[in-house]
Amino acid sequence: MQNQDLIVTSSPHVRDKSSVAEIMWSVVMALLPALLAATYIFGLRVLTVVGVSIATCLLTEYVFQRVRKKKVSILDGSAVLTGLLFAMTLPPSIPHWVVVIGGIVAIGLGKQVFGGIGHNPFNPALVGRAFVTAAYPVIMTTWTFDGVTQATPLNLMLMEGEATPYWELFIGTIPGSIGETSAFFLLIGAAYLIYKNYLNWRIPLGMISTVLILSWLFGQDPLFHLFAGSLILGAFYMATDMVTSPITKIGRWIFGIGAGSIVIIIRIWGGYPEGITYAILLMNMTVPLLNKYTRPRSLGEVK
Amino acid sequence: MGLLTFKQGIHPSYNKEQTKNKEIIESERPEVVYIPLQQHIGAPLKPLVKRGDMVERGQKIADTDSFVAAPVHASVSGVVKGIEKVNDSGGGRVEAIKIEVSEKDNDNFLEPLTANPENLEPDVIRERIRESGIAGMGGAMFPTHVKLAIPDGKEIEYIILNGAECEPYLTIDHRMIIENGHEIIEGLKLLMKSTGAKKGLIGIEDNKPDAIRTLKSLVAEEPNIEVKETETKYPQGGEKMLIKALLNREVPIGGLPLDVGVVVNNTSTAAAVYEAVKLGKPLIERPLTITGSGITKPMNIKVKIGTPINEVIKQAGGFNGEVGKVILGGPMMGKAQPSLEVPVVKGTSGILVLQKHEVENYSPSPCINCARCVDVCPTNLVPTTIAKLAELEKLDRLEEMQVMNCIECGSCSYICPSRRPLVHNIRIGKAEVAARNKSK
Repeated sequence: MQNQDLIVTSSPHVRDKSSVAEIMWSVVMALLPALLAATYIFGLRVLTVVGVSIATCLLTEYVFQRVRKKKVSILDGSAVLTGLLFAMTLPPSIPHWVVVIGGIVAIGLGKQVFGGIGHNPFNPALVGRAFVTAAYPVIMTTWTFDGVTQATPLNLMLMEGEATPYWELFIGTIPGSIGETSAFFLLIGAAYLIYKNYLNWRIPLGMISTVLILSWLFGQDPLFHLFAGSLILGAFYMATDMVTSPITKIGRWIFGIGAGSIVIIIRIWGGYPEGITYAILLMNMTVPLLNKYTRPRSLGEVK
Repeated sequence: MGLLTFKQGIHPSYNKEQTKNKEIIESERPEVVYIPLQQHIGAPLKPLVKRGDMVERGQKIADTDSFVAAPVHASVSGVVKGIEKVNDSGGGRVEAIKIEVSEKDNDNFLEPLTANPENLEPDVIRERIRESGIAGMGGAMFPTHVKLAIPDGKEIEYIILNGAECEPYLTIDHRMIIENGHEIIEGLKLLMKSTGAKKGLIGIEDNKPDAIRTLKSLVAEEPNIEVKETETKYPQGGEKMLIKALLNREVPIGGLPLDVGVVVNNTSTAAAVYEAVKLGKPLIERPLTITGSGITKPMNIKVKIGTPINEVIKQAGGFNGEVGKVILGGPMMGKAQPSLEVPVVKGTSGILVLQKHEVENYSPSPCINCARCVDVCPTNLVPTTIAKLAELEKLDRLEEMQVMNCIECGSCSYICPSRRPLVHNIRIGKAEVAARNKSK
């Protein structure tokens, strides 16, 4: 044995097997049941919207990494996840060119301009959605279901005060964006992620319970607010984005509760029927402060 | 009721099957030993012998007047060949007394103190522990007699023996408990007497049920000694973690276990205390585990201090396959060695040899704020932020974040999906903060 053959690095000398790519691809897998359900409910067009979105995100990421002369890491699953999540926030009937523009904004403005994975302050998929919502408000609020343009349950409630049956809300046979309608299939995927410890359960729990409690306090139907709209999708898959959510336990609670409060404020008193996107983007802004002021008490520390 | 434990921590693969049922064997006598003059935390020693001197096994060969130090003894009979610089396990160089081993050992031990522990004066026990050169055998090598010198105004309620052995691969504490349980219990009584502690506790992880059974039956008649089973979780054997698990007490930051009325010693250290007092035998050998896929015959072996590790590797059947790393200690906190010329010292608890394919070449990717490091840190720090601040050399912020409370267990680096060198950077940050505070 020649001494120079020995590898010398600092401890630890063993590592857990999991990787960033594994986490990202697991979240993609967890979204597949909801995607299949959406395809069944809305038709095959869902798949072309998702495909265009993912392809745009991958290409945008690739171009940015090449131009910035960085290592191309488009297979780490993060751009695929952004593409999938962005598509799930869109109406199934959306023109493909809008998907392309939103995808470019999501990865370009939402992620790569900040330096790529790990450096973006805002959830990239929601940056894309916020952009296209502001730029193409009519397209983004045209919901086609069974070939007929209809209002979403939240819209019906806001405008007409008309409620949709719970069962339809839960299973998802209602007008809405691709990913928001089927609470049931979203929850199956979330349960898998929580089991794998890939999901910060404190954020969705804080966010959803806040929505339930506040809607009840303000005389609204809590279950309706839970299953109508994209609360489940947002709370479990968007607010929990690791890069853009707090790293401390108390910070995660505050983040979830804050996001839930903003959702209710927007839904009840705001001009939009839905408030998930802005609730999460606004809370994304608070993450550096939350991390700083919620440092846990270290063992043996007297504060 | 759940098992005793601390908050957070990790569950690495333990890999103890290779050696946990193998009896400790005596090593063969090497041809030369290199006995480093510093095998403890504290002041360096001055040699008491010179080139050409004959020395006997157990003879003291280096000492100092400083309090925080532990003398060293010849681990074999032989002839002093001089004082040479050798590698130490931390990558530095250290002076060592080179002894050419003679045909036969003549023992030159201290007078055995055979009285019952109750009839021995605490000072006498502590002095004997010092003269025998005992330093923490769990790896830290802090002089044991210093730990036992309790400052005025402090009272020790508990001596805790640490038999958790939470490092993967290592099984030597486990085997020592099974084969030398009596010596460990007697050593514990001596440690209790030397500090005035009324109670003795022994903490063992529940992955060693045979060790727990052995000790429980040995202390069945001892009203003041209790064996405590803890959850198997890394780093359960960290001093602060063990105190938290057994007594639910927290050692204050910057303080010592004695601030909460506790002194912690390794189980093998207790056995060495027994031998020093009852047999007059100084610390000249230490049991260790030599294991890993890169070793032909993994085993537990009692090695003479100063034996170069290549000699121990030879006795364990030599290397197996293509070797990547040779580590002194366990895989979580042990140190990778650039050479095999490093001698076994008092704190060498294991020699771990990993094959090349097991040694991943980690290339870090950006932090994604997954907070797994925050969720596993046993002292409840925020490793990812501390590591970033260390890279930026923000020393004030590091202190605010309690960087000095890091025990360098490596759980953060272990769990990081981006393979970031978190504990590595934190260690550098700690060193910078310590250096600055020293110069202030």
